[in-house]
Amino acid sequence: MNDKTFEPKIIAFCCHFCAYASADLAGSMRLQYPSGVRIIRTPCTGRLEVDYYMRAFEKGADGVLVAGCLEGGCHYIEGNLFAKKRVSAIRDILQESGIEKERLRMVNISAAMATNLVDAINDMVNIVKELGPNPIYKPSNGPEIEFNEFETLNSHK
Amino acid sequence: MIVAQRKKIPEIFDAIQEHKSVLVLGCGTCVTVCLAGGEREVSIISSALRIASRKANKKIKVNEFTIERQCDNVFIESASEEIKKNDAVISLGCGAGVQAIAERFPDTPVYAGLNTAFLGILESRGVWTEKCMQCGECVLSDFGGICPVTRCAKHMLNGPCGGSREDRCEINADQPCAWQLIYKRLKTIDQLDKIAKQHPMKDWSKSIDGGSRTIIREDHRI
Repeated sequence: MNDKTFEPKIIAFCCHFCAYASADLAGSMRLQYPSGVRIIRTPCTGRLEVDYYMRAFEKGADGVLVAGCLEGGCHYIEGNLFAKKRVSAIRDILQESGIEKERLRMVNISAAMATNLVDAINDMVNIVKELGPNPIYKPSNGPEIEFNEFETLNSHK
Repeated sequence: MIVAQRKKIPEIFDAIQEHKSVLVLGCGTCVTVCLAGGEREVSIISSALRIASRKANKKIKVNEFTIERQCDNVFIESASEEIKKNDAVISLGCGAGVQAIAERFPDTPVYAGLNTAFLGILESRGVWTEKCMQCGECVLSDFGGICPVTRCAKHMLNGPCGGSREDRCEINADQPCAWQLIYKRLKTIDQLDKIAKQHPMKDWSKSIDGGSRTIIREDHRI
């Protein structure tokens, strides 16, 4: 499980107003973070539906990092506080489903905190490396999930 | 509104182990409003079940569908095709919805995905409280619109019991004393004389104690 070559796939949902800007700053500052981290820009962490997190794990992410503004500093006043509560609830659902809750984590980063973002990413990568790959991706389950089978049959009537 | 709560994922997953494909069926009415069984919750629970299924090395196909109302045959009909495509249904409707689906599709196993809790209202965001226990003989007019049957822990029709402390119930200090609320309310609306009225013992045969209830309206029957 804890293969040394294991490079975790981490989805980092970054708020446009803070963490995304700090990721940009990290680039300008030539700070390095592991290449398995995929940054997705969101208008606000409060915009992230529960579904987004669940689908990320379902489709193979080894970890999900949510990076929002510092508490009290949300561009939309309290979007990051909603996200905090939501992340806490989803961690419970993940645990019930059989995925370690440590794989999902929220951090608060301001636009100027590039080093903190990189530290948070490195922390996350280390935690996920300890845990090993996403447990629903066992070799016995085949190399890839057939995504089509997961598409919704139909939407709301 | 009927208020329900999601069952834990392992409990739902245990029920569907033997099936190859299941349909998670949401309901667009009460359980959508109480954030337990609407389209969004269908999606979340389905995702969780797929994850649990992969984790357990099972290949259970989990499909999703939501209809407007599970307690009405007209709406159930719109899910008929999807239900027939699957081995079993996990209904995210209230208890009535689950049973309506089970009656309409006698050959398909139906499992409950929610615990139906009570008839209540949205008190504030994320907080639902019980307001009615459907006793079958409403007494709200006598009590200023506050139900002693539901909201008094002792269901007292001739209260108060005398055990409340600082307006809180002695059984559960988180709850206000219903009789205190009734007193204040009757005083406000100038009907305090009603509190002196003696109420005879309640006829519980009109409640669930008399078995499940049926209402027949001959004027509406075909």
